[in-house]
Amino acid sequence: MSSGNRHDRSSPAEQLNIVITGIAGRFGRLVARTLHRDERFRVIGIDRRPFKGKPKDVEHHQVDLRSKKARDVFRQGDVDALVHLGMMHAPRAKSEELFSWNIGGTAKLFEYCLAYHVPKVVVLSSANVYGPRPDNTQFLTEEAPLLAAQAFPEMRDLVEIDHMASSFFWKARDINTTILRPVHILGRVKNAPSNYLRLQRVPTLLGFDPMVQMIHENDAAGAIRCALAPQARGIYNITGPGELPLSAVLDELGRQRVPVPHNMARALWSAAWRAGVSSFPVQEFDFIRYVCMVDGSRAHRDLGYRPRYSLRETIRAVEG
Amino acid sequence: MTPLFALDRLAAVSAGQWLKSRVSSFVDKRLGPEFEARSKALAVRQNEYGYDAFGFSRHSLRYAALLARWLYRDYFRTETHGIENVPGSGRLLFVSNHSGQLPYDGLVIGTALFLEADPPRMARSMVERFVPTLPFASYLLSRFGQITGTPENCKRLLEDEEAILVFPEGARGISKPFSKRYQLQDFGLGFMRLALETNTPIVPVAVIGAEEQAPAVNVKPLARVLGLPSLPVVPYPPFIPVVPLPVRYRLYFGEPLYFEGDPDDDDEVLEEKVRAVRNRIQSMLHLGLRARKHVFW
Repeated sequence: MSSGNRHDRSSPAEQLNIVITGIAGRFGRLVARTLHRDERFRVIGIDRRPFKGKPKDVEHHQVDLRSKKARDVFRQGDVDALVHLGMMHAPRAKSEELFSWNIGGTAKLFEYCLAYHVPKVVVLSSANVYGPRPDNTQFLTEEAPLLAAQAFPEMRDLVEIDHMASSFFWKARDINTTILRPVHILGRVKNAPSNYLRLQRVPTLLGFDPMVQMIHENDAAGAIRCALAPQARGIYNITGPGELPLSAVLDELGRQRVPVPHNMARALWSAAWRAGVSSFPVQEFDFIRYVCMVDGSRAHRDLGYRPRYSLRETIRAVEG
Repeated sequence: MTPLFALDRLAAVSAGQWLKSRVSSFVDKRLGPEFEARSKALAVRQNEYGYDAFGFSRHSLRYAALLARWLYRDYFRTETHGIENVPGSGRLLFVSNHSGQLPYDGLVIGTALFLEADPPRMARSMVERFVPTLPFASYLLSRFGQITGTPENCKRLLEDEEAILVFPEGARGISKPFSKRYQLQDFGLGFMRLALETNTPIVPVAVIGAEEQAPAVNVKPLARVLGLPSLPVVPYPPFIPVVPLPVRYRLYFGEPLYFEGDPDDDDEVLEEKVRAVRNRIQSMLHLGLRARKHVFW
């Protein structure tokens, strides 16, 4: 199962062993590449899926997070940091399976970290946990309540993981836990916002054009690297180069907008969903109706994180 | 996709673009170089696409400006006094009386600051929290510089040295019946907290004219039945206040007031400061009303 073993390799002693969950996804591979390029880090992956195009000196364990074999990765006690990306967002999967994977898996990981003294934990959450709402203030800070699950049961797992991570932060005071809440990650990654922007004819809501924030996938990976700094702990919103109306983003990509009246959208959308034409859950259209933007100044100040890509480069990144 | 269909779409797209460019050039021609110069002089932050963080865009402002200038100059024939009291830069809170069922007073104050102040200033006002749920209004108002009324938004803008227009009477002011014209309703304390917290000078503004633009009575029983906060009725068609009467607007900008203190003080302490602002506006209203010869001209 595993390939490349950190124990019989003569690696420099000062290298830090970083375990990345969900490493085989597109974003996981990107994070792995980003950290792998850095001399200070040795990358160890855990994912149920095989890691395509794995660099030779990256160790990969093709196991389930909840399995005993995943525990074995931590058992030697030489893991210096955990980067938890392994959230499953398969919109068509059964909610029980998602729950067991996401919540159960995360709980297990935290258990391993406590048991085997992992000094550093980075959890990738999302700025979506605040939820798009008409009365949202323009830039939500990290203290804002996580209300996304109120409107979308589908967001429940993500919100729950964020809450679990913050209670882990308080419970395990000697572990530096960092929770990152990045805005919409754009790039070749397969997530809802990038997939949406890759459509040729993009459904929008007639008369709604909220401001949206986005971040280049490489900048998001860079933020994870910043969060691995030993002193970094706490909750951070991660923002990109700026904010734009949704329509300006679509115009930049030359997309044809298909405006749908918002009161018909729900019915049309769920019909399309049932027919298998659309892969967007009905509830997600609030994200193209109301603002859900965050203030990223704390990450600028404490983590020294800065986006390197411009707005145009970030938007264009979805075309790969 | 058949070639014919593709052609069809091409025609539709270029017809849309043609119409858009015609409207755009019509607006530009009507607005003239005066607007262009003032728009350029407006101190706003914008990104490479021409939008600020709240969705304001100079390009979109042109459309609103055409209507606003017509209302300001031709319909309401606004007289503006004391515009020289408005500081040319730095954070500011404009505090005004609020009346007339529909917020034309906000529009007229904003237009005056854009057309008459030197350099022009943009006063952002706050929209009610239900506005973002309405189609079109939700994004158009933010393109024209309006913001959702949360304390955090105001603080952020003031810290960026912008100007905000507030109506501390809120809904109590705008929906009061005709019989209560020029009687200021209770002021909220929020604006004073904001001013103290951000160390922002307050410019009192008195609006004369708006209080007569929609002489309404409030049909309370019917409002209660319909579950509305108020149901204003005017004695001319269409009986609900949509079109304001062509009253003459008179705006008075007072000298900036500076306050110091702890924003978390007890309400009584803040109320005293708020009363000072309220009294200033009330006396400006009295002076303005005494100088006025007629409601309509």
